[in-house]
This record gives sequence, C-alpha cells and structure tokens, in this order.
Amino acid sequence: MGKFFRIALPPIALGLLVWGHYNGLAVAPPDREMGDVQRIMYAHVPAVWIAMVALTLNFICSVTYLFKPSWKTDALAEASAEVGLLFGAVGVLLGAIWGRPTWGVYWTWDPRLTTAAILLVAYMGYMALRRFVEDAEKRAVWSAVVGIIAAVDLPIIWFSVKWWRSLHQVQSSPKTVDPAMVFPLRISAFAFLAFMIVFLIYRYRIALHERQAEVALPDALPTDDPASRRSAGVA
Amino acid sequence: MTRPGPIGLLRATGVLLGKDLLIEWRTRARLNALIFFALATLLLFSFALGPDTKLLERNAGGYLWLAILFASTLALGESFRVEQENACLDGLRLAPADARAIFLSKALGNTLLLVVLGGVLIPAMVALYGVKVVLGAGPLLGTLVLGCMALAAPGTVYAAISSNARARDVLLPLLLFPLIVPALLASAKAMMLVLQGDPMNQLNSWFGLLTGFNLIYWGLGFALFPRVIED
Repeated sequence: MGKFFRIALPPIALGLLVWGHYNGLAVAPPDREMGDVQRIMYAHVPAVWIAMVALTLNFICSVTYLFKPSWKTDALAEASAEVGLLFGAVGVLLGAIWGRPTWGVYWTWDPRLTTAAILLVAYMGYMALRRFVEDAEKRAVWSAVVGIIAAVDLPIIWFSVKWWRSLHQVQSSPKTVDPAMVFPLRISAFAFLAFMIVFLIYRYRIALHERQAEVALPDALPTDDPASRRSAGVA
Repeated sequence: MTRPGPIGLLRATGVLLGKDLLIEWRTRARLNALIFFALATLLLFSFALGPDTKLLERNAGGYLWLAILFASTLALGESFRVEQENACLDGLRLAPADARAIFLSKALGNTLLLVVLGGVLIPAMVALYGVKVVLGAGPLLGTLVLGCMALAAPGTVYAAISSNARARDVLLPLLLFPLIVPALLASAKAMMLVLQGDPMNQLNSWFGLLTGFNLIYWGLGFALFPRVIED
C-alpha cells in the first residue's frame, strides 16, 4: 500500500496537474473582468485549500497525540505542519502575484491576507519550536499544544471574507462559476491533494525515522551542543 | 493521623498567586526593570518618529500597547525563570494541587503585573505624547485589563514551553507575536477610541473581540497547561 502510493502517486499527481492546468490555461474562458490574469486561480485556490487541509490534519494529530501519544502521530503532525506551511506560502505568493494586476498592489492589509500572514508566521514558530527542543517526548507534547493553539486561526481565515467584507472576494460556489472554470479548478485541486499526500508520505517517513533514531540512540543525532557533538563523533 | 487531601482549585490558585506576588514584592526587580524598559520604548517611539506631535498623539494607543507587548515578553519569560531555579516547578507539581491552578495563578499574576505596568505607562504616555483621555477612567481601565489578560493567557502557556527550550528568548516572541495580533489590534483600537472619543460607538465591538479572544485562550490554556508542565 505504502509502496503503491510512493511509486504510483507522483505520476498521477503530475498527470492531474498537467490535465487541470491545460484545461485552466487553454480551454476555460478568460474571466469577464480580469481576463487571463484570473487563470492563476487554478493554482492559487487549490494551494490554499490544500494548506488548510494539511494544517487541519496537523490539528487532528495534535489533539490525538495528547490523548494517545504515539511517535507516528507526532511524525505525521510534523509532516503535515511543514507541508501545510509550504502550500500556504505558495498560495500567498501566487495571491500576491494575482493582487498586483488586479488590486494594483502585491500586498494589502485586508483581513483575509492578514490572517493568512498570521497563519504562516504561527506555523513558522511551530517549526522553530520543533528545532529548539531536544527531548523528543517534551517536543511532541509541546508542539501538540502549540499546534492546537495555532489552529484557532484556521476557521478565522476561512470565515474572514464573510465576517469582514473587504478586498478579497467571498468564496464562490460551483453555482456562481462557469462550469468550464469549475472543472479545471476541481482537477487542479485533486492534483494538489495528490501532491500533498506524496509530500506527506515522504516527510512522514523521514520524521518517523528521525524520531526512532533519537529515541533508540539519544546520541545518534548531533545537536548544537559541542560536548554531545564530540561524543557522537561529529567534528 | 489524617492525610492532607487535595485542596480546591480556587484555594490553590490563591495560595500560588500569593506566593508569586510575595516573591515579586520582596525583590521588586522584575517590575522595576519592566517599567524602565517600557518607558524607554515609549521614549524611543517619539525619537524614531521625530517631533511630530500630531502623529504621536494620533497613534499613542498603538505605541502604548507595543511597549506593553515588548515588556510582556520579558515579564512572561521571567515568571517561569523563578520556577526553574532549584527545580521549584517539580516541587509545585508534586504538591497535592491541581496543575491548572499553576496556570491560573501564573496567568493572573502576569495580568496583574502588566496592568500595574500599564498604570505607570499611561500617565507617561499622556505627558510624552500630549494626549487626553476623552472617555474617562472606566473604559481606560477596561481596555487595559482586557488587553493585559489577552496577552497573559497564551503568553503564560508559551512561556512555560519556551522556558525549557533552547533559544528561549527567541522562541517566546516567535510563538506569541503572531498569535497575539487580533488582541493587539483590538487593544490598540480600543485605546485610541478611549483617548480620542468614540462618536460612532465602536468601543463595545472591540471589547467584544477582546472578550472572545480571552475566553478562547484562557480556556485553551486552562485545559492544555497540565500537559505542558508534565514530566
């Protein structure tokens, strides 16, 4: 099962991405107001969706870890936070590129953008915490706590466009969008989802191996402490 | 002989808070250092922006809350350093008291410290930036207390975490600052309304936001803190 995902999923993801983007860039009609600029939606929107999915997974892993500690849950939490941060950064970057021709600025302090920026910085803090704590068990508990606290931002981002009507448009629904646009958006979303699963599997395996090495041989991984570097044979 | 049973949450919180306040009162080092640090920050804003009194007056509420926020990272970090010496936190954990009482006492202690700090800073701000408190003492105190509570609750959880980590002085602001943005925004806006008047009656909506923020993070801190300090 794991092997299938590792070998078969990357080409499937790539195929979906090509299919979705071909339909988005060449087949779908240009937007009435924004023209071709709007086509960046086929990458921007799925990237942000997938970031939310990955970070929701991080929240679920964090809660699960507190009730039922397991290295696997902790490794999945680490993997999902990192993958979520990656997709979130891509989404915000593409949004900025979209914003320049549409709004005239790369960045504005619109509630959706502000809450997204907070999200990115909050999970950067989460990643930093993971680097700064040596004790594997403490690291797992503390990052679960920080993961739960940081996840409060997720629903705020989602509803921000409804609560504060501002520059960023409200979520569209398939009813309000041309079917020729919904189709490539859906395919791209599945492509991004497949990429997320691929990244998650690889990152999860790395995290799990790291954790097992740490717990089995506390000196196996070098730290910044010079004394332990010497004892671990690292110059 | 009867064994001493566990004492109630409120009583344990009161005892622990009393202990922290007594330590604070006997040394007074933390509060003094904080006050001078925050006063220096207020002064630095006026130097950095030049002698434009209109600009300073208009943004006074924001500068006040930034000064409190910067000082709070020192205060929060310090509140657990006391417990690190001689492994006092282990002693507290072994005591027959609810671990959540440690959170409540630390968070309340930090709130109190920040409110006292704000009480010293506000007259300094009035004098330095030439502002008037249009809405009076009640809304001013309300903003101060709600804002300080909002800084203290997540700050206490994160201070407990970062006090044991490497690079703790970097980690606390790194974790806390993004989280605190809604509270900082609401506190600064509310303070500006208190200073400049509130013709559109917006103050209550900012108070609502601060109250919601406090409910979420005091609740989360209360529920999660025992896991943070367990060994």
